[in-house]
Amino acid sequence: MSGVRVLVGTRKGAFICTADGDRAKWDISGPHFAGWEAYHVKGSPADPDRIYASQSSAWFGQVMQRSDDGGKTWNAVGNQFAYDGDPGTHQWYDGTPHPWEFKRVWHLEPTADNPDEVYAGVEDAALFRTTDGGQSWHELPGLRTCQGPQWMPGAGGMCLHTILLDPVNPQRIFIAISAAGAFRTDDGGATWKAINRGLHSQHIPDPTAEVGHCVHRIARHPSRPDVLFMQKHWDVMRSDDAGDNWYKVSGNLPTDFGFPIEVHAHEPDTVYVIPLKSDAERYPLAGKLRVYRSRTGGNDWEALTDGLPQENCYVNILRDAMAVDQLDSCGVYFGTTGGQVYVSPDGGDHWSTIARDFPAVCSVEVQTLP
Amino acid sequence: MIRVALPLQLRELARLEGDLEVDVPPPASVRAVLDEIERRYPSLLGTIRDEATGQRRAFLRFFVCNEDWSMESPDAPLPAAVASGVEPLLIVGAVSGG
Repeated sequence: MSGVRVLVGTRKGAFICTADGDRAKWDISGPHFAGWEAYHVKGSPADPDRIYASQSSAWFGQVMQRSDDGGKTWNAVGNQFAYDGDPGTHQWYDGTPHPWEFKRVWHLEPTADNPDEVYAGVEDAALFRTTDGGQSWHELPGLRTCQGPQWMPGAGGMCLHTILLDPVNPQRIFIAISAAGAFRTDDGGATWKAINRGLHSQHIPDPTAEVGHCVHRIARHPSRPDVLFMQKHWDVMRSDDAGDNWYKVSGNLPTDFGFPIEVHAHEPDTVYVIPLKSDAERYPLAGKLRVYRSRTGGNDWEALTDGLPQENCYVNILRDAMAVDQLDSCGVYFGTTGGQVYVSPDGGDHWSTIARDFPAVCSVEVQTLP
Repeated sequence: MIRVALPLQLRELARLEGDLEVDVPPPASVRAVLDEIERRYPSLLGTIRDEATGQRRAFLRFFVCNEDWSMESPDAPLPAAVASGVEPLLIVGAVSGG
């Protein structure tokens, strides 16, 4: 029977949770990198035993880890992320110029067919790539020429947090930055364009500016690579033309502030979000933890509550902390800042707890194992 | 032989048990000690000082014979008691966190 391996990054280390296809009984290992922040852990689609992890600490900086045996053992690999040339400045919170400084790796995206090739999204925002299994990392500096000096950090830092590799066109990559917006390359990263037309952000001086939007997450189904779904700071958005134009699909959501967004593994129009009360109160509305599912590609949303706490729940769900598996009955997973990791093995209808008392969860990824 | 006390997190990262002992040619300095540590334990590259600038990481301090050496030149000769292994070079992380 096939199974799953859930990779959980937390504020105090990483955990690996494995189960068979029933996804009812879980074995948990960890904490790996105990005491360190594990911002993101992700496996290679080309080799499930190859897993990369971003390990960091305010004291000791960035460490990159690699496992070649499915997370049983780890070895530190290269951790030098040097910007290409003089990166200059971006805007600080008060609008003054601020030097570009590497702080940490937020997101890792191994490529589909080469376990040694991985993209890394970092803070201060830039995109790096390794082609030697993480031993060395090199920036794709063309991204910063898209009005980089005008970019400004979100409250969590100026992070490049989303990397979508196009399953059909290897030259096309989508990325997103808080709080600069979404960007796309069609030539393998040499040149980029801002793709924020249609976004409206009331908290910035020009609500429809080309850059400056606080995009929280973008997701898409691999069978429809031009259809993108976005959870923005406020607003759930959709694009049908690879990001050239966006339109709002918040529909009947009770609030459209949130962080993660995901698409069902087998239903390209089934989308999941977890609304939070507001940007000032980043927890579920009325203390009820509800995942919302649209089966229509947005606008029409239903609350999923079975197995989720419906009173006194005041956790956050961070942008990288939701994932889906590829099993026939698509599993949906998310982790909270309260340390809970939830699974629904039936596409969101019923939920149960994988872990109840982890440290605050930064990221959740899942590998579907043969 | 110089004894170096590393924070627990770095000992675990380098898979060390107990204090670290390194040999560096005289005159021993903090820079020479760190060069040798990073040569023997590449996993510690960048965790004590920035790889590009060589600057000590902000939340770490160096202590020698009960004195704070964090602001000393990294090339300053270490005291004889440290160079001879009687006293350790302490690399200490800030007491903070949550």
